[in-house]
Amino acid sequence: MATDKTSSLDEIIGELSSGMTIGIGGWGSRRKPMALVRALARSEIADLTVVTYGGPDLGLLCAAGKVRKAYYGFVSLDSPPFYDPWFAHARTTGAIESREMDEGMVKCGLEAAAARLPFLPIRAGLGSDVRTFWGDELRTVASPYDDGETLIAMPALNLDAAFVHLDLADKHGNAAYTGVDPYFDDLYLAAAQRRYLETDRIVETEELVKTVPTQRLLLNRMNVDKVVETPNGAHFTFAGEYKRDEKFQRFYAESAKDPESWKVFSDRFLAVDEAEYQKQVKLWQEEQA
Amino acid sequence: MSEVTLADICVVACAEIFSGAGEIMASPMATTPLIGARLVRLTTEPDLLITDGEALIFADTPAVGAKGDIEGWMPFRKVFDVVASGRRHVVMGANQIDRFGNQNLSAFGPLQQPTRQMFGVRGAPGNTINHPTSYWVARHSKRVFVDQVDIVSGVGYDKADPQNPAYRDLNIHRVVTNLGVFDFGGPDHTMRALSLHPGVTADEVAANTSFEIAGLAEAGTTRLPSDEELRIIREELDPKGLRSKEVPQPEAAK
Repeated sequence: MATDKTSSLDEIIGELSSGMTIGIGGWGSRRKPMALVRALARSEIADLTVVTYGGPDLGLLCAAGKVRKAYYGFVSLDSPPFYDPWFAHARTTGAIESREMDEGMVKCGLEAAAARLPFLPIRAGLGSDVRTFWGDELRTVASPYDDGETLIAMPALNLDAAFVHLDLADKHGNAAYTGVDPYFDDLYLAAAQRRYLETDRIVETEELVKTVPTQRLLLNRMNVDKVVETPNGAHFTFAGEYKRDEKFQRFYAESAKDPESWKVFSDRFLAVDEAEYQKQVKLWQEEQA
Repeated sequence: MSEVTLADICVVACAEIFSGAGEIMASPMATTPLIGARLVRLTTEPDLLITDGEALIFADTPAVGAKGDIEGWMPFRKVFDVVASGRRHVVMGANQIDRFGNQNLSAFGPLQQPTRQMFGVRGAPGNTINHPTSYWVARHSKRVFVDQVDIVSGVGYDKADPQNPAYRDLNIHRVVTNLGVFDFGGPDHTMRALSLHPGVTADEVAANTSFEIAGLAEAGTTRLPSDEELRIIREELDPKGLRSKEVPQPEAAK
């Protein structure tokens, strides 16, 4: 019988420490492991380097002052006001160091790490200010063949830990996405030392494999160290079984505008555990109806 | 057929971005070029691939915002494979463009402490180095067309290293704005006017651009949509008139 990896959010956060490099799955405001992000934001852990296709995950960690350095292809809320206010605040105040890169370079760097390679060549980045963002940390490589090409040598994005959210999983770490896009969640876990999966629902293996076509079984047991059941855990981003909570996301963005409104938001939704967060979100939705 | 609007003309100019494109993926990133790409697919470029902007490839050519039958799957990870293959033409927006085609959609100000944060570079570096790229600017102004962009997201011609074949596919095909149609066929690959929209003067373009545009005096007039194109735009692709929100009708022309 394979290992039972079910665990709590706090148990997972307890395995992390300040200064780590953490990869966060999903994309923009799509299937982000928000329950794990919320747990990290309210922990004592700080001084993080974050690797992400950024959305409100990066925003919430910036709001909590947890981020020292960020590696990202973009940061977007995917719907108005599009630009994440807390990421913008961290940038305009110089609070974080950026290693901005082309979106394709994120995938390339995760693939290099997954294959335990020091780098992979890629065209994207040449001629752009990605070079300036990275300085000496990003170098080129000349083809050893007769083509004469010099390419970006995208370094491996090795992660100390990675968080992903998938819609359905078993207690051993087999997991599937049920929406339209796997994003890059398998690559994040493959690039990481410690691999953490949150899921809307833990089911028996038999039910998992009967529920989805086999091609949706994105993760197998070798990819995952801990799995935590977090119903609606990707909220307020969307996941396979639910839409983005556009109203709440707008409320999040508007609340960031001044310290008082942020304190109200923060006290109600961030200084609380996941169960209380979900309860308060339900109440808030009823208040808005 | 009622009066042709500036928005209709811009849609057709965006459609012509894809003339001769063949069997590649058209990736328009705003409403006007999206209607343009679908218009050209329904007229002269039936082999174009278009998506729902999420992960599905449309078999149909539906109206803006509508669903349609699909023919395939295009999740983000496969989009990067398409980018690297070169079989794509993207039409991006731009916060800034300079005379050599460098584009910025990342942030304004210093790289590590910007004065205003936008998206970051997104896929602009990879798009521009790999396959044809065009730009759509709904409000042509000196704030967009600048002497120097703050952050180079999209690569311009003066950044290309002629000794390095990795730059061989850099191709900034067109810039379509609410004033006219441009390319980078001026001296040393600088921005050049191909046509100005009906009623737009060379002086107006010059007054709204920080640098000199080549061929401005000689530029002809952007063609009007055909009756069939107008019918497709108005009845099939954009019956709600979303294009007019992106390109309002100028006061003088009303």
